[in-house]
Amino acid sequence: MADEPKAVIDLATHPHLARGVRLVHSEPHGGWVLLAPERVFKADAIAVEVIKRCTGQASLGEIVDDLARTYSAPRERIVADVTALLAGLAEKKLLDL
Amino acid sequence: MASIDRTTVPNPLGLLAELTHRCPLGCPYCSNPLALDRREDELDAGTWARVFREASRLGVLQVHLSGGEPASRRDLLEITSAAHDVGLYCNLITSGIGLTRARLAQLAAAGLDHVQISIQDSEPASADHIAGYEGAFARKRALAQEVVRLDLPLTVNAVVHRANIERIGAMVELALELKATRVEIAHVQYHGWALANRARLMPTPAQVERARTLIEQLRDRHRGHIVIDAVVPDYHARYPKPCSGGWARRSLNVTPTGMVLPCHAAQSITGLEFWNVRDHALAEIWVSSPAFNAFRGIAWMKEPCMTCPRREQDFGGCRCQAFALTGDAAAADPVCHLSPAHGVVAALATVTEDSPYRYRRM
Repeated sequence: MADEPKAVIDLATHPHLARGVRLVHSEPHGGWVLLAPERVFKADAIAVEVIKRCTGQASLGEIVDDLARTYSAPRERIVADVTALLAGLAEKKLLDL
Repeated sequence: MASIDRTTVPNPLGLLAELTHRCPLGCPYCSNPLALDRREDELDAGTWARVFREASRLGVLQVHLSGGEPASRRDLLEITSAAHDVGLYCNLITSGIGLTRARLAQLAAAGLDHVQISIQDSEPASADHIAGYEGAFARKRALAQEVVRLDLPLTVNAVVHRANIERIGAMVELALELKATRVEIAHVQYHGWALANRARLMPTPAQVERARTLIEQLRDRHRGHIVIDAVVPDYHARYPKPCSGGWARRSLNVTPTGMVLPCHAAQSITGLEFWNVRDHALAEIWVSSPAFNAFRGIAWMKEPCMTCPRREQDFGGCRCQAFALTGDAAAADPVCHLSPAHGVVAALATVTEDSPYRYRRM
């Protein structure tokens, strides 16, 4: 919705998957899936690249830098997209910020 | 029978493993069948291990260790390890009764991923009365603390009906206090024992409407702190739910004696032929069992479902409910306001009775 405020996440945070959440590859289900308590989420290629980098070791800023390098994409765009993705995952309690 | 096109049968995501029908509680809303399976007929741990291996190969990602009360099985650790060892995500669906701190720690070490504990109410006396077990509430609370202490994610499941529907807010507060990451507000569905107790459980339309509004508010208030999953009370709905994500599309259920069902209530539909894991491999059952193919896809549909734009959204609702309320498992779920039998549901939704519960007992 146009009026919703955009999520803002401190670039110094170290995002990591929440306890009990795992990213696994499933051939019968055609790709990567995020397994969580009693739920399964399909993860598209971009989400997978972001989530794989959310190990708790790298800061959000470092993750964004890495993605900008890897995909030769504008940093601001990546910040916006990654922030939206991570905010959505955090709201579902799949990710800790 | 038409040959099955294996390319269009989807791979299942989840397996509900009903390890036993034994349970110390007697909740009147239990969805287990009235004819509970005897202990001596239960599958052994070795057979469950084989079922889990086959499930994993079939594409199943999550197993829900349930029952009855899964902790009533002394070999729960062996069973859980077997599921973990083939890569399944393990959910324990428990009343909390029968699990000690030590046992839970062993399960966590063996690879248990998540624990769901049921609560019957936010008020201890009422909760114990609904469960038919004195002291249940206190034990659940203590176990919830252990789950969190072991760093396992916790879900609180609250089945909602007339006796506790006014305390949804308090139940969510309790879930927050117990540090659950998720709370399921599960309006009761009328199968098994819940069906037998329907008039004692049925909320009033006013209560349902208040609950619906409250849940929206609670979601806004607690966004980011806890996930609130709510299963709608479909006797008061306009459209039916896509029951189990569609018949034989996403999940399968193995009973304590090894019968494989497309959903936990499917045995209530007469005339279906179910296969057993003792006789067939799981993949064969998933693809070829007559019960699984009975309502797959849309070819079985009658009007108004067949030409309805929602047919692949809700799949005509619940087959078991259609059968229970109309006698025809291929009819539209009469929860749907477009069903010619909708009046039946509308009438039943107003029938309440204040007699003592028929407690679920073996």
